[in-house]
Amino acid sequence: MTARRLPEGGEVDRSRPLSFTFDGRPVQGFHGDTLASALLASGERVLGRSFKYRRPRGIWGAGTEEPNVYADATDGPRFHPNLRVTLEPARDGLDLRSANSSPSARADRLGFLDLFARFLPSAFYYKTFFWPNWHVYEPAIRRMAGLGRIKPSSAPLPDGDQRNHHCDTVVVGAGPVGIAAALGLSRSGESVVLVDDGSRIGGSLLFRSARIDGMPGANWLAAAEADLRQLGVTVLTRTTAFGIYDHGLIALNQRRDDGPDRLWRVRPRRIVLAAGAVERPLPFAANDLPGVMSAEAALGYLRRQAVLPGLRIVVATNNSSTDEVAAAMTAAGAEVTVVDARQGRRVARALGRRMVTGVVLEDGTRIPCDCVLVSGGFTATVHLHAQAKGRLRWDDARLSFVPEAPVAGLVTVGAAAGHFALAEALAALPETLGLPDVPVADSAPYDITPLWPRPGQPGRVWIDLQHDVTAKDVELAARENMVSVEHLKRYTTLGMATDQGKTSNLAGMALMGALTGRSIPEVGTTTYRPPFAPVPYTSLAGPRGGSRMNPVRRLACEARHREIGASLGDYGGWLRPAHYGSDDSAILAEAKLARAAVGLFDASPLGKIEVIGPDAAAFLDFIHYNTVSTLKPGQCRYGFILAESGVVYDDGVLVRLDDHRFVVSCSSAHVAGVHGLLEEWRQDRFPAARIAIHDATAETATLTVSGPKARATLAAAGIDADLSDTAFPHMTTRWHGSGEAALRLTRVSFTGDRSYEVSVRQDLAPPLWDRLAAAARAEGGGPIGIEALMILRAEKGFIVIGKDTDGMTRPMDLGVSGPMKAKKVDFLGRRSLFTDEAQRADRNQLVGLLPADGFGPLPVGAHGIDLSGTTPRSIGYITSSHPGAALDHPVALGLIERGAERHGQEITLHHLGQRRRATLCPPCFLDPKGERLHA
Amino acid sequence: MQIFSCPFCGPRPEPEFHFGGELGNHRPAPDCSPEAWAQYLHFRTNPRGAAEEIWLHIPCGELFKMHRDTVTMTALPGRALGDQP
Ligand SMILES: [Zn+2]
Repeated sequence: MTARRLPEGGEVDRSRPLSFTFDGRPVQGFHGDTLASALLASGERVLGRSFKYRRPRGIWGAGTEEPNVYADATDGPRFHPNLRVTLEPARDGLDLRSANSSPSARADRLGFLDLFARFLPSAFYYKTFFWPNWHVYEPAIRRMAGLGRIKPSSAPLPDGDQRNHHCDTVVVGAGPVGIAAALGLSRSGESVVLVDDGSRIGGSLLFRSARIDGMPGANWLAAAEADLRQLGVTVLTRTTAFGIYDHGLIALNQRRDDGPDRLWRVRPRRIVLAAGAVERPLPFAANDLPGVMSAEAALGYLRRQAVLPGLRIVVATNNSSTDEVAAAMTAAGAEVTVVDARQGRRVARALGRRMVTGVVLEDGTRIPCDCVLVSGGFTATVHLHAQAKGRLRWDDARLSFVPEAPVAGLVTVGAAAGHFALAEALAALPETLGLPDVPVADSAPYDITPLWPRPGQPGRVWIDLQHDVTAKDVELAARENMVSVEHLKRYTTLGMATDQGKTSNLAGMALMGALTGRSIPEVGTTTYRPPFAPVPYTSLAGPRGGSRMNPVRRLACEARHREIGASLGDYGGWLRPAHYGSDDSAILAEAKLARAAVGLFDASPLGKIEVIGPDAAAFLDFIHYNTVSTLKPGQCRYGFILAESGVVYDDGVLVRLDDHRFVVSCSSAHVAGVHGLLEEWRQDRFPAARIAIHDATAETATLTVSGPKARATLAAAGIDADLSDTAFPHMTTRWHGSGEAALRLTRVSFTGDRSYEVSVRQDLAPPLWDRLAAAARAEGGGPIGIEALMILRAEKGFIVIGKDTDGMTRPMDLGVSGPMKAKKVDFLGRRSLFTDEAQRADRNQLVGLLPADGFGPLPVGAHGIDLSGTTPRSIGYITSSHPGAALDHPVALGLIERGAERHGQEITLHHLGQRRRATLCPPCFLDPKGERLHA
Repeated sequence: MQIFSCPFCGPRPEPEFHFGGELGNHRPAPDCSPEAWAQYLHFRTNPRGAAEEIWLHIPCGELFKMHRDTVTMTALPGRALGDQP
């Protein structure tokens, strides 16, 4: 191995050595190295394995375009998958593992795959693993494919940081042209953000010689850095502009040494794209061998980190950019042979197995070497322009797609616009940006001759290093008529993954063009989409996540529930007691306690939306299925709200507090939806100023006392209201006390037993809970959780919307058809109830079901089946099933075809391959006359 | 991320808004034909290009009208529901 560190030169600090490990082996480097430059200097060539064939691969590039080498890094307790070694500064103590190999890049266990390469053409997976089912093969293939690993045991990465920012201009790319643009715009008074994905600004000035305004490029750069600071330009290094989104949003990901990546969402008035260009490989056989590198990248490693990539170097090129590379390598002590297509000399194939040992030219000349530096010309980095829906034009002199014209809010300059010579790029700035005064550079013109892969070229000519696509794969795609560029991409995976066509696309398009008699612009490009480079999910997510993404709502009495051992669970976004104690046998015991004596239930999440104003009654008549305006103050009525489709949207008890004030109570998970629905119709259909809507759910706690001892419990808790049935009948509401501590007592029942809802300002609820809990215990009862309540309501046949109803259920399917026939005024969903569909006789209707086969409770989700035809047919399904609390048998509710007229009939149920028998009955199992309400 | 302009609160980011439907999908009279009712319930023009829509600004709770272009993604400032037209 002959790549090595030169004794002097470069920007590395030899007084500050560092070391890290790669696949377990120590690697030495210096401050100023990237991981890639330190790895190169260590002499290690095989640094990765290819995606599909597990071919040995080395470093190709020096920036975002690197297709081969990624590493998973363990950094103390943290684990970072897929670190980009070309962009990451070397750090002491990192433990790197090559990302696509096992156990290591040097000795990859799957390296034998390459021996079978001719059996693994494009679309091999689709064709071979189709039978019997892709999922049979998927786990093994997934283990072999892909980049990086996940290590669930490592410490979670810290939350990403996010910034929103506004400015006049964002300049993407801090090469000489980006810097000149930023300086000029800043001097003309604009606020400017200058971003670059390198660790230093300067771009090509960091490794190419230049003369700008009569001084050496490095001197000009130092002066420019000082000017940028003085002008207050925001300079973000190690920052990738990865996407342009609607309304001019540009997204930047900043990698930081002192914290997690930071996402910048910037809304500038204008974006100046100075993102430069990416060097292309050349098409010759075995052009993927370790030691075959981008010439531009190699010049960077030589001049910046003083790494000489080899001692006997072949420079294979088709353009003028390599003149300086060859000279620099020679000056650094290497023996250099130039193979220039402009002089008619071309490499036919590279020699070597695990690393390059020589090349054979098309004229048969053999040149031994330990490194091949390659330039196939430059591809303008137009991704952001294309993401912004900018069109592209093929430039036949420069052999690159370039922006056809600026798009609104985005202008492209420099090499990204196809100006590959610095003098030409700077000279274009005054016109493109309207700048009066820009630097002047001397540089040689850019000169290039086409050298594309040709049909039938012998050997394995790699087009896409990252996804292991060869010229033969493109030929196969052409034979199978995948000639559209989008088909070519999907069929061969050319240009997918992080490459996104940076190094690979043009060679693939040129070859497809040659195979189908089309020019490159006729073949066209694939669609450019964000992100330009991978962005960690932690950065995109930022601090949102977990409880901050979806905060759970908490009860005022939560501490009381915890004190007595409640098992808390998420019910419709609220943290509520499922039952008390950890053993779920408590559920049935709580239900029996409530039936025998009294249960105390925290019903605070129940929706309480106040509707206030002179038009409130007329408004609610329209909103509700039931008539509301006939209610007298102090009365309550159970009813439905329908969607315009006639389907039951929610149910609940409506309370009229006085002439102009109502409380709409709705299911706890439906509060936001009902509130939105009320607002929508208030604003769209009614005189909005005569109705006010206020959601009082969060500010009001409700404790429900239910059972034969409910009235005694209230009295024992010190609520000395007249609770007699004449003074306080069922379905009425009244105030008790006055001022802030006033209680609203509402006599409604969701259990079938005598029940009182006690509502109070939420911060006053805990002492009320204490009094009611002590009183309930004294009466032989106690607290009950929501699971016990579900048993009680099912026994009584009370439904839960969305559980016992579905997206087809109309109110008459639940046995409530009065308002449809009798209500005088129009209401939400009314017209839908009179459609042919709603009036069909064979609709699924709410029924009760009892097991008729002695096998215990019926399973929820079991389908009733009609066996009279040639194949079984579903006639509905079971929606709720519970053991009995007051009853000594289980009960179930269901939606069954023509259920209302089939009470007493037996049906067959089918569930997970089992058959059951059940008898249909009215959907009320307990106390159909309602005597327990007054017991 | 788009920027929409609530007529009451001014320009705000897209996550603060909720789509409320196409403008001009008027509720037919209670005794309308089944076809008219089906049209109201189920049919949308879903235009390519200029669209008139209702949006909800969630923080202030107000519905408003907005002109939006579904191709260029431009969105004109919202107008209050009561304003003409
Ligand atoms: Zn608003």
